[in-house]
Amino acid sequence: MSDIEETVELEALPLDAWHRARGARMVPFAGYEMPIQYEGILAEHQWTREHAGLFDVSHMGQLEVSGDGVEAAIEEVLPIDLATLKPGRQRYSLLLAENGGVLDDLMIANRGGTYYLVVNGATKWDDIGHLRELLPDHVTLNHLADHALLALQGPEAAQALQRLDIRPFLPGWPDAAGLTFMDAGPYMWGDVPLGISRSGYTGEDGFEISVREADVETLAEALCGLPEVKPIGLGARDSLRLEAGLPLYGHDMTPDTSPIEAGLAFGINKRRRVEGGFPGAERILRELSEGTARKWVGLALDGRMAAREGAEVYSGDTKVGTVTSGGFSPTLGHPIAMAYVDAAHAAPETPLEIEVRGKRLPAKVVPTPFVRHRYHRPKRNQTGAAK
Amino acid sequence: MTRYFTEDHEWIEVDGTSATVGITDYAQSQLGDIVFVETPDAGAALTKGGDAAVVESVKAASDVYSPVSGTVTEGNAQLEEDPALVNTAPEGEGWFFKLTIADPGELDGLMDEAKYKEFVDGL
Repeated sequence: MSDIEETVELEALPLDAWHRARGARMVPFAGYEMPIQYEGILAEHQWTREHAGLFDVSHMGQLEVSGDGVEAAIEEVLPIDLATLKPGRQRYSLLLAENGGVLDDLMIANRGGTYYLVVNGATKWDDIGHLRELLPDHVTLNHLADHALLALQGPEAAQALQRLDIRPFLPGWPDAAGLTFMDAGPYMWGDVPLGISRSGYTGEDGFEISVREADVETLAEALCGLPEVKPIGLGARDSLRLEAGLPLYGHDMTPDTSPIEAGLAFGINKRRRVEGGFPGAERILRELSEGTARKWVGLALDGRMAAREGAEVYSGDTKVGTVTSGGFSPTLGHPIAMAYVDAAHAAPETPLEIEVRGKRLPAKVVPTPFVRHRYHRPKRNQTGAAK
Repeated sequence: MTRYFTEDHEWIEVDGTSATVGITDYAQSQLGDIVFVETPDAGAALTKGGDAAVVESVKAASDVYSPVSGTVTEGNAQLEEDPALVNTAPEGEGWFFKLTIADPGELDGLMDEAKYKEFVDGL
């Protein structure tokens, strides 16, 4: 049997001992030793789809940006329109290179004039350096290195969170279960401050909870003591996000891909699509109006043999693309993949083939997500507008 | 019937010149949930240490090597329907393929069960 693991100099997560005590198998990821699984990927995947899973995502970078003129400074860096990001709201955004390539994808929340960012673990040090360089001196960039991050995901996540006595820090704010998708705000659990957003990376309803490193074990212990909750490893995190059709930075988009070909145009806010004024704007505005030569699409495969990252996609004898993420879908029971393919072959139902170990596997382009998202969105009133 | 083990975590059970090959319990525990197995077809010629089969978990695909050279007589058809057999019965019902051994001398140097256990404990 061939080996699949390697070793490098690694950091320990704040919950390292806690994971090991729960039987986690630890693997290198983003510079940390991280739990890939506890009881098994399939069981953990299923549990998250049916109940609530607790993910330790403390490897990710949590940053705060503040100071006079912070909005203008952020808008120089991100293709975002902060006038439309109210306090208590969070949005997906992109860190772009001058040539329009993606340096990172991130979440940004308005904490009432201070902005809170969550960036990828593998890129956080580069991001911090990049932001320090681009942000003016009167704007403060604070790396919340003493904070852990947990994600509670699944249809029973809200019910589980309600069992803990967590109270809003600000008057007039709802309980955590009263938040809707992409709301974010400060909470108190006894005397423990929490930053809670209703968001995640599984396609399910769920929450991301920022907590001081010193308090994370108490919180993880309390959450995993609830009947709805089990700890879930990185393996299921990857299979869940793949079913949800969500891109993974460094695989599905990189400095060599633009957000438009990656299907991330929604990350470029409306006003910025007209005005530009962010890194890479020239290329991105052009691609928005003219389209791109290739597109990031979902592929469904027959049988059980998976196509994984790097596999080449063919139409007849012509190579038309490359798989960027792929694997077996536990929910659907067959393999799925995401790939960049030539725009001419990107329409849903287009039959294609993927080459895996010298074999051509039949596949077809399908709409994503592969598995329906179940985010907790606001109720709409009769005019169809969100309240 | 004698069972031998390789450092790549395959087992081979030998009966004269016929043998059955699979992966060890340690190997399946390292791989995690197995979702697909590709076994060789009857008649395929295998070489010692060469690719013989593929086993895929949710996360990754791994090659399974043949412990000895020989000709495949049968792949385990059950694994197509139920790849999880490799997790539940790796050293029994979850076997990968049977073969006719070309050179029994190639078995020299493989480990017996006690030696393999020692080898795994040292990993």
